[in-house]
Amino acid sequence: MNTMQQSRREFLTTSTGGLGGMALTAMLAGDGFGGETTPRRVAGQVLNPLAAREAHFAPKAKSCIFFFMAGAPSQFDLFDYKPELNKLHGQKMPESLTEGVRFAFLQKDSATLMGSPRKFRQHGESGMWFSDALPHIATCADDICMIKSMHTDQFNHHPGQLFMQCGQPNFGLPSMGSWVSYGLGTENENMPSYVVLTSGRGSSGGATLWANGFLSSVHAGVLLRNEGPPILNLENPSGMPTSLQRKTLDALAELNQHRYRQVHDPEIDSRISNYELAFRMQAAAPELTDLSRETAETLKAYGVDRKDFEAGKDRSGSNNQFSSFGTNCLMARRLVERGVRFINIIFASWDHHSGLDEGVRYNATMADQPIAALINDLKQRGLLDETLVVWASEFGRTPLGENRPGYETVTGRDHHPNAFTVFMAGGGCKAGTVHGETDEIGWNPLRDPVHVNDFHATLLHLFGLDHRKLTYRHQGVDHRLTNITRESHVIPALLADQTHAG
Amino acid sequence: MSGRIEIEMSRRFLRGVYALVAIGALVGTHATTRGEIPDGASLTEGHARDAPIDFQREIRPVLEKCSSCHGGVKKTAGLSVLSRELLMADTDADEPSVIPGDAAGSELIRRVSSSDVDERMPPDEPLSQSEVQLLRRWIDAGASWPEHWAYRPLVRNALPAGTTHPIDYFVLSQLSQAGVWPSPKADRPTLIRRLFLDLTGLLPSTREVAAFVRDRSPTAYDDLVNGLLGSEHYGERWARHWLDEARYADSEGYEKDSVKSDAYHFRDWVIRAINEDMPFDEFTKKQIAGDLLPDRTSDDLLATKFHLQAQFNLEGGVDSEEDRTKRVIDRINTVGTVWLATTIGCCQCHDHPYDPIAQGDYYALYAFFNNFDLAADFLDDPPEDAEQKRQQRMKHWNVIADLSRRQVTDKNLSFELQGKLTNLRTLDNKLGVTRFLLERTSDRRKTYVFRRGDFLQPLVAEGEVAPGPPRLWPPMKPTSGHASRLDFANWLTAEAAPIVARVRVNRVWMHLFGRPLAAQTIDFGSRGELPSHPELLDWLADWFIHEAGWSRKELIRMIVSSEIYRQSSDTRLDMAQIDADNRLLWRQNRLRVDAEILRDICLDVSGLLYREIGGPSVRPPIPTHVAKQSFVSNPGPPVSEGKDRYRRGVYTLCRRTAIDPNLLTFDCPDASAATPRRERSNNALQALATLQNEVFLEAAQGFAKRLLGLDVDLEQIDRDRLGLAIQMALSRKPEVFEVLTLADLLADSRSFYRRHPEEAVRLVGPHVAEGVDPAENASWVVVARTILNLDEFITRQ
Repeated sequence: MNTMQQSRREFLTTSTGGLGGMALTAMLAGDGFGGETTPRRVAGQVLNPLAAREAHFAPKAKSCIFFFMAGAPSQFDLFDYKPELNKLHGQKMPESLTEGVRFAFLQKDSATLMGSPRKFRQHGESGMWFSDALPHIATCADDICMIKSMHTDQFNHHPGQLFMQCGQPNFGLPSMGSWVSYGLGTENENMPSYVVLTSGRGSSGGATLWANGFLSSVHAGVLLRNEGPPILNLENPSGMPTSLQRKTLDALAELNQHRYRQVHDPEIDSRISNYELAFRMQAAAPELTDLSRETAETLKAYGVDRKDFEAGKDRSGSNNQFSSFGTNCLMARRLVERGVRFINIIFASWDHHSGLDEGVRYNATMADQPIAALINDLKQRGLLDETLVVWASEFGRTPLGENRPGYETVTGRDHHPNAFTVFMAGGGCKAGTVHGETDEIGWNPLRDPVHVNDFHATLLHLFGLDHRKLTYRHQGVDHRLTNITRESHVIPALLADQTHAG
Repeated sequence: MSGRIEIEMSRRFLRGVYALVAIGALVGTHATTRGEIPDGASLTEGHARDAPIDFQREIRPVLEKCSSCHGGVKKTAGLSVLSRELLMADTDADEPSVIPGDAAGSELIRRVSSSDVDERMPPDEPLSQSEVQLLRRWIDAGASWPEHWAYRPLVRNALPAGTTHPIDYFVLSQLSQAGVWPSPKADRPTLIRRLFLDLTGLLPSTREVAAFVRDRSPTAYDDLVNGLLGSEHYGERWARHWLDEARYADSEGYEKDSVKSDAYHFRDWVIRAINEDMPFDEFTKKQIAGDLLPDRTSDDLLATKFHLQAQFNLEGGVDSEEDRTKRVIDRINTVGTVWLATTIGCCQCHDHPYDPIAQGDYYALYAFFNNFDLAADFLDDPPEDAEQKRQQRMKHWNVIADLSRRQVTDKNLSFELQGKLTNLRTLDNKLGVTRFLLERTSDRRKTYVFRRGDFLQPLVAEGEVAPGPPRLWPPMKPTSGHASRLDFANWLTAEAAPIVARVRVNRVWMHLFGRPLAAQTIDFGSRGELPSHPELLDWLADWFIHEAGWSRKELIRMIVSSEIYRQSSDTRLDMAQIDADNRLLWRQNRLRVDAEILRDICLDVSGLLYREIGGPSVRPPIPTHVAKQSFVSNPGPPVSEGKDRYRRGVYTLCRRTAIDPNLLTFDCPDASAATPRRERSNNALQALATLQNEVFLEAAQGFAKRLLGLDVDLEQIDRDRLGLAIQMALSRKPEVFEVLTLADLLADSRSFYRRHPEEAVRLVGPHVAEGVDPAENASWVVVARTILNLDEFITRQ
């Protein structure tokens, strides 16, 4: 068979195919253009690390849309209504409360309490409190499970953000989305299992917030771009048509296949499927960002075309923030529909040490309508039950006004780790519930405190994962999302169905 | 015999096998041993009832089932199973739970075998009968607890007379015991490409391959190795391995992630040291304590930048003293991982959960590293106004030093101090000084154990902690007064040398075989697997210290000169059921090249690579949405122009919050912690990168241009050129099938681009082949791109 006259096709048909050949045939027989069929491993022992996997017990949530409100929004101006704080506005706080407490910027001796100028009202049958900054999300009150007693160990941004995303304030650890991807794989192999969407400026943590740590890099968050092709390197080089791209991949597959028959390395087989997957991703991803089939009503609800709100001006100086945030929310629904496991939507600009009123108004106006639209849209499509939507931040803000040296007026709040508010909706969480309560000035949790790691344990639980069993051995230690040196617990009160919660 | 493997062995190799292994034994065991090879080191041991108990393999895993409640973190009922001493100690019940020689009288046995559910341990999942039986036999036999293999003194077994190569002897002995044949020697083209990639991270030219294939001299292979070890590119390749361990980056990390424009001096120091083959003990001392060396040079000070890789948080609300303690912790954790392969970070808060390291031990180590002061100067080539600049900096520094002292107790100063530290970073970048570390001589900090690792809760009442190595490891020679960091460095390379050498040999081995001898490269601790070849590891470690004088070049030479290294990497289907993971080393391993090397070889084969050694980090273009991930919009140095776009990957700027995605996609570490071993993932995003990304496309364009400029036989112009392309990229002769496949693709491409000349111009991009029709040029870009995406191209075989 070594004559020049023999054609390549003949060579392929006459050569002994072997297992790799079967894999290739099976693969090329698939529709190859973003369909549901994915090549299964035939040769070798290499298993696709992203193949969908069984949970530890029946999951409620299949996907998560995690709104990471980095910088830390003020719970006092959005969720945690404190009439007493308003009354005490301008007064000093009892020293007993601040003793031994560390602040980022605040000068303890001269700081005074700061009320909220916002109007609060109860909403829905559950009577959940929201400020007038979030009128749309407030209409979803009966779908929401709100935690007012969240607390963290960290009071600076990057460590706090790492703690919330990775379970410990250290670098080099897998983020929540990576753990879920590791635990459950993905339902759609034409897309990454963990996707990150951002708008505005970068967060303190940057890419460390969606890192895979010691887990395989297939579990790293993939940052989708806001403009142009959503995935890096998705588009063919300029001048390369799809037909030639296909022919290139055919040639690559045949040559790699040929090599496989000589050296039998299962990695080659894996590489062949990855090139095919890349090709399918190229077809599937642009469809993801093509919003032309969304109705005008949907686009309007998400605020895809909204102009930025003039009054407060965005802190990042970026343009099209409103449109970009609304588009990300819609994209999140589309990702969920396509089986993507974890979507982290990061917005970085909540760090209101000053200019709190305008800042909150700007950001809340940006976030409120699209998030509410997302919750409603998921509900209408019957997806909310299996999609966990989360609003969280690395910590909250102080009831004390920030009097940093050099500030002439007090117009903001400092970082506050003791008590802050996060909320969930869908995905098996208990709707229309408020869990935990803070004291009358919102300084400490009064009852049912929820530690960040308990929150992680609960989140994994909703995915049918036992946080004690979802481990990975690295450097001799069986790591998990919840710190191994702390006893973390699922919070049953946050679950609609409390089976397995013990 | 069905399992017989048809192999062609080179004469020399066969001679080696026959000399070392009794052929009878080889054939004899071959016929009988067809079972699966158990995990663990020994592949021969039987499991007879009365066989002596292997503590590490049989007992420790059982005890581990107790350690989550009775370990380092929790010692429920006063019992810990982490060491013999602790296990034999009195528990809360005032009696030991194990009495050596008396299993029946040992509380431990009573509890694990109890039928009373309330008493039986472990409460959730009781031990199996055979596990209980093992514990009984072990206790009755005296409950011996051999020291962990990695911390024992080195044992160097004598080699039998006539041994040609120690590595071949040890590996072949185990292979023969398992009845497994080694693989034939790889052919010369494969060997030269393997050596080039392993030693320099570059490709051999076609001329170099041809010369090596033709070279009949008996020293041809050794000459090649010598040449490569003498190449400056060797230092670049092996520096990158070290920089992974050093968590090297060009930025401070955290939110601000300020660029450090002097960071590259450390990278260049490492390249120089490795090229000069600085012995590893000296290399160690300079990095641990270069500032304390007698007659220190400015290069010794540069070496202390190893510790400056710890991240510096310039965020406004940070407590600078807390951040400093975090850096100290990062430094000792790094030293633990890099030199001792022991994870000790957990001990900052509590005793080690699995290994007998107490929290106090951790702070004894901390004490060595608690008195660093940041310094900066012009270390080489000071400018004319150096003195003026020094004074300018000194003014700032004095303010910071004063604030730092006061901030420890007055937290109101934190914000101001953080601001000053940020300004100092900017100033240092502007002045062009190089930062390093110096030991503080006056007003020294005292070390106390921190309660639960909290720096605000030093346990002063328990007294100052004296510096010293954890008791798990060999003790340090007494010093007059407190031991210094230099004493610690000397201890590492003297008393602790067996551990340090084992770790180093294991990692160098890993870089040459793709996997280490002891699987847990990072942590030799009690949970680590035993090495696959313990005697070999010890032999090499001992040889490395005493005969190679800690020379890494000698170590590499020793390894690559073995026949085991030179084996073919082809997988043999007959081995799938026996040792699919190749623990026995019956072949070489096939390895996808590292992230930086992938880019380097693409640029190399395309003729674009600019081979300058050292200098400030460069910034090849990265996508804007990646650059924007950094919190502070300051993008650092501008995108490099001209030749600097095509420098080797080791020179690419590493900004921690916005690392070049081409590097991360191929498992380059993110500089967050010491990374002795990289992942080697294989995924679709990688395919997208090498198919579509700008730099890889440019490489294809350059490669096409180079191919079109070649002088080829006009009769068979395409086939010749395609053949040469394969030779240039894969360092071997093309096969007919390959040429035919690529010729088909070339034909398809021509047919498209002749119809679409405007598309051709786009694909050709900036690297136009002079005087060539764009359609022809573009068609060759398609082919070149395909070759650069071949599995074989990106794989070291």
